[in-house]
Amino acid sequence: MAGTIDLSKFKAKGQETCFHGRHIAPQIYAGLDGSNWRLSDYVARGGYAALSKVLGKDGGSGLTPDEVIAEVKASGLRGRGGAGFPTGLKWSFMPRQFPGPKYLVCNSDEGEPGTCKDRDILRYNPHIVIEGMAIAAYAMGVKTAYNYIHGEIFEVYQRFEEALDEARAAGFLGEHVLGSDFSFQLHAHHGFGAYICGEETALLESIEGKKGQPRFKPPFPASFGLYGKPTTINNTETFAAVPWIIRNGGQAYLDCGKPNNGGTKIYSVVGDVNAPGNFEVPLGTPFPELLALAGGVKGGALKAVIPGGSSAPVLPAALMMDCTMDYDSIAKAGSMLGSGAVIVMNDSRCMVKSLLRLDYFYMHESCGQCTPCREGTGWLWRIVDRIEHGKGRLEDLELLDSVAGNIKGHTICALGDAAAMPVQAMLKHFRDEFMYHIEHKTCLVKQSA
Amino acid sequence: MNFSDATLARFAKEVAKYPADQKQSAVMACLAIVQHEQGHVSSEAEEAVAAYLGMPPIAVHEVTSFYNMYNQHAVGRFKLNVCTNLPCQLRNGQKALEQVCQRLGVEPYGTTADGRFTVQPCECLGACADAPVMLVNDREMLSFMTPERLDELLDTLQKAQG
Repeated sequence: MAGTIDLSKFKAKGQETCFHGRHIAPQIYAGLDGSNWRLSDYVARGGYAALSKVLGKDGGSGLTPDEVIAEVKASGLRGRGGAGFPTGLKWSFMPRQFPGPKYLVCNSDEGEPGTCKDRDILRYNPHIVIEGMAIAAYAMGVKTAYNYIHGEIFEVYQRFEEALDEARAAGFLGEHVLGSDFSFQLHAHHGFGAYICGEETALLESIEGKKGQPRFKPPFPASFGLYGKPTTINNTETFAAVPWIIRNGGQAYLDCGKPNNGGTKIYSVVGDVNAPGNFEVPLGTPFPELLALAGGVKGGALKAVIPGGSSAPVLPAALMMDCTMDYDSIAKAGSMLGSGAVIVMNDSRCMVKSLLRLDYFYMHESCGQCTPCREGTGWLWRIVDRIEHGKGRLEDLELLDSVAGNIKGHTICALGDAAAMPVQAMLKHFRDEFMYHIEHKTCLVKQSA
Repeated sequence: MNFSDATLARFAKEVAKYPADQKQSAVMACLAIVQHEQGHVSSEAEEAVAAYLGMPPIAVHEVTSFYNMYNQHAVGRFKLNVCTNLPCQLRNGQKALEQVCQRLGVEPYGTTADGRFTVQPCECLGACADAPVMLVNDREMLSFMTPERLDELLDTLQKAQG
């Protein structure tokens, strides 16, 4: 600790990223101001009403687990962590009748470069995650859950612990939740610096107290997960969407997005924009509108956007400006919505230098388990490094493509793909810039920073 | 190495989160507590944590050496991790690192001669909209670290007692 030294003036208060009033029809970030994160505030906003409804403690007859899952299926909710897998379907894979322990895990290991949305959910609205997890646990017959929180946001981990204490004291967690037959305990677990632990099976290994090295699949976590027991893992934002769905119905959620892309999504708009921040907007919002919420491009014209966290293929400005912000539109343009981190780059940015930094990251964070990734990420970095420093050769472009192609699809987990995709997309859309670097030993663009 | 009763109480709170036969799950938290109290995780501390959790010392060392944030050697009174990943780089994260290193007279990953500061470039801290960001002693996230704010921070830390 910095101990008794008060560093609070250097800390973000959330005005820029969350309480800016520039969300569109927000559900998760609605009504937050930074001071109203406690249980009493959450209840005053209608919190824990969905859990009461499910358990029949609101005067109604309650929902069966199947009814909860059906509602989530009807909502069209897709996993907000990156893969976009339908949440209701994932929940239906859990063998509810399995005798013995089953587990539920929240993936708050938010480390995908560009992404900072879950941090604001956990800081400013932690109970929405607790409520969402309790409902999910009820639907899947789970009694024990863990929330795995990125080690670097330790202050958020401490706040979540505080929120858990409040929920236990109020009877929303523990034996006989709200006097029902449903018992549920939730604990916080922190990481300590490993990007790979955002991969769900690496995360499970990490909770088990081991190195975070992904497991070979199958078996999938639904049959062999934490401690070898059936386990479901969802992202923080996914759980946070659940209470609204239960209160308002799946159809209402679907209606506020677009077909196959229901609900709101939180985008972290970062990089070359005038007002970086998190913006919760309905899925399907046109990209130019989102860009305007973030104050527009800073320092020049729009050159490129990495639309879903650093692992997503880069898209040039013209393609991006035609996209709407949803899974299908971004996929059609050749990239992916991923975690919803939108990294904006202006026309002073050198793509070789940008890729070099990303390649260093993947090399650094490769867990070393699979040879194509462990060795290949190093190759990628070294080749781009020599191009950046004026020592590249024209055949390096083919070599980059070939190394990336030999990583992709040849590793246990998606980190290999995540390292390869940015390389291939950069070469596809900005090949001229790489060629110029090799031929002239300098940048095509004049860098502003 | 013997842990104090207070430390053991902190360990026990972590162990209680997991099934009785899965004490190893608390290893990350226990090592983070050790680092919080002692500044780094020595091999003696690894062995003591291993004994406490009933796991082989090498399994504890695997954890210490795998996760980026564990200090395997002593660091300065203030460990400053400056993010230089792409979203921060686009908002002068690399320059922030250079400014800190220059003012303190250390190379990246270095510690000042007086043992006050260790400076490390680091990967994504998960606060990209606050860029440039940095982490002080693993726990305090500092945001919007412009050159002026960096200078002010270093003034504050240099003047601080203890």
